[in-house]
Amino acid sequence: MATWTDISGIRQKIADSSAEEITASYIETIGKSKINGFTTLSEEAINVAREIDANGHGGPLAGVPIAIKENISTKGLSTTCSSKILQGYVPPYDAHVIEKLKAAGAVILGKTNMDEFAMGTSTESSYYGPTFNPWDMDRVPGGSSGGSAAVVAAGEVPVSLGSDTGGSVRCPAAYCGVVGLKPTYGCISRYGLISYANSLEQIGPLATNVADIATIMDVVAGYDNRDSTSINRENTYSDALKDDVKGMKIGVPEEYFGEGIDEKVEKAVWDSIAKFEDMGATYEKVSMPHTKYALASYYIIAMSEASSNLARFDGTRYGYRVDGDNWHVMASKTRAEGFGDEVKRRILLGTYALSAGYHDKYYLKALKVRTLVKQDFDKALANVDVLMGPTMPAPAFKIGEKIDDPLSLYLADVNTVPINLAGVPSISVPCGLADGMPVGLQIIGKHFDENTIIKAAYSFEQNTDHHTRRPPEVA
Amino acid sequence: MITKEEVEHVGWLARIEIDAKESDAYAEKLNSVLGYFGQLDEVDTEGVEPTYHVADIVNVFRKDEVTGSMPQEEVLANTEHKQEGNFKAPKIM
Repeated sequence: MATWTDISGIRQKIADSSAEEITASYIETIGKSKINGFTTLSEEAINVAREIDANGHGGPLAGVPIAIKENISTKGLSTTCSSKILQGYVPPYDAHVIEKLKAAGAVILGKTNMDEFAMGTSTESSYYGPTFNPWDMDRVPGGSSGGSAAVVAAGEVPVSLGSDTGGSVRCPAAYCGVVGLKPTYGCISRYGLISYANSLEQIGPLATNVADIATIMDVVAGYDNRDSTSINRENTYSDALKDDVKGMKIGVPEEYFGEGIDEKVEKAVWDSIAKFEDMGATYEKVSMPHTKYALASYYIIAMSEASSNLARFDGTRYGYRVDGDNWHVMASKTRAEGFGDEVKRRILLGTYALSAGYHDKYYLKALKVRTLVKQDFDKALANVDVLMGPTMPAPAFKIGEKIDDPLSLYLADVNTVPINLAGVPSISVPCGLADGMPVGLQIIGKHFDENTIIKAAYSFEQNTDHHTRRPPEVA
Repeated sequence: MITKEEVEHVGWLARIEIDAKESDAYAEKLNSVLGYFGQLDEVDTEGVEPTYHVADIVNVFRKDEVTGSMPQEEVLANTEHKQEGNFKAPKIM
């Protein structure tokens, strides 16, 4: 039976019964799941819970179950990026975030489904088959962290980790009606996160409520010398859990309500901004003129970085291998069979964009446009505390609707990718329904000012009931 | 416009074998995306510096000290193709 208990509720339940009982009850719920959110369950989870019961654990997540996206390395537990090419790969080490979670007493229940190598907005390109949206089994859960969002929405786990390269935490959070945070670039170590586009991506938490997001951030954020982009900066995220937005200045970028926006999504977001006014905040419309070009810039940069990062998957050291007479033939055949269509398209486009004769036209141009997009954020955020708009322009689409048309799929990311280009933090919180499907409100902050967006999101949650709605399919 | 021959060439550069039968279909989908990318030509980027990353850091150094590394058997644990503590692959040249 799905329960949707928050972390403090789970800790109370553990105190009343045991970590083993709690873990067993979640494993039982997952066993009956119809959404295909988990790819691999950890056989160790129940032993970890027993150990906590036997010896006690003073950590802030003692006995709390958590699910981890397929692209975050877990020692001894399959990590495949939902790709054929990494079938059978078991990491010999833990990602930094996994070390932190284990030290805090968290119980890793298993790994969650994703678009292959995080390249997608729907979790349909997974080698394990699609994950279904618990609100409507005919619809996608969003992506690429679709599994991590769907299992939280379905009550199969209280919290999870995803990764966000161009919206991959916020999109599925919005589509599944949960909370998801993309932290500032450099906030969480990427050590052990299998790279897709390393100048853009961050690991981020998903949960049913804002307080749990802050609790997870307090555990996983922080400096790590194994990620050279990790920033050494102390912060306590749970300090921001205050119901107080009096005097907060909100900027609303008009470009985030552009062509293709669903009327009901637009209304839900404006109703939310009106709610913030009732709560004592003020808003003004702002213009971020390069938003229109962010999508093309993002995809060129992401594909270019991917073509380099994914070069390591050649069949030599791990995963799938097709034999060949020489190494080049082996690698070419291994990659042709091991990667799915979308991954191959992105590697080809990235290779093309970096190749002699096209480097300046595509890659260098995209990097310059990135500068202009970032300047839009610097200017807008100089006058306001946060920016708000719809996370996704429309609610979750039908499975199969966009899979054969890559460009239509890319266009869904129009409001999420600018944030990754600029490296600023952004949180998506449930703010209503459109035709029975969840709508996400995106709250964007200044670099390393997670606490202001967490405070805004928490205040909104305290004064509304959107986050208490549960998917009818599993309730 | 990317031609089917270019698709096959880029496939070779990326070490992804592209079948002659597939290259037309790839060219069509890649061209639709490249057409969209072309809209960046509208943006005036004269004098704009490129942004490679947004982290406000330059040259991260550490002390040149010997530290532990992963045991060799763990590094080799994910492949059947190994010999005398090395990865084994077909000839490269």
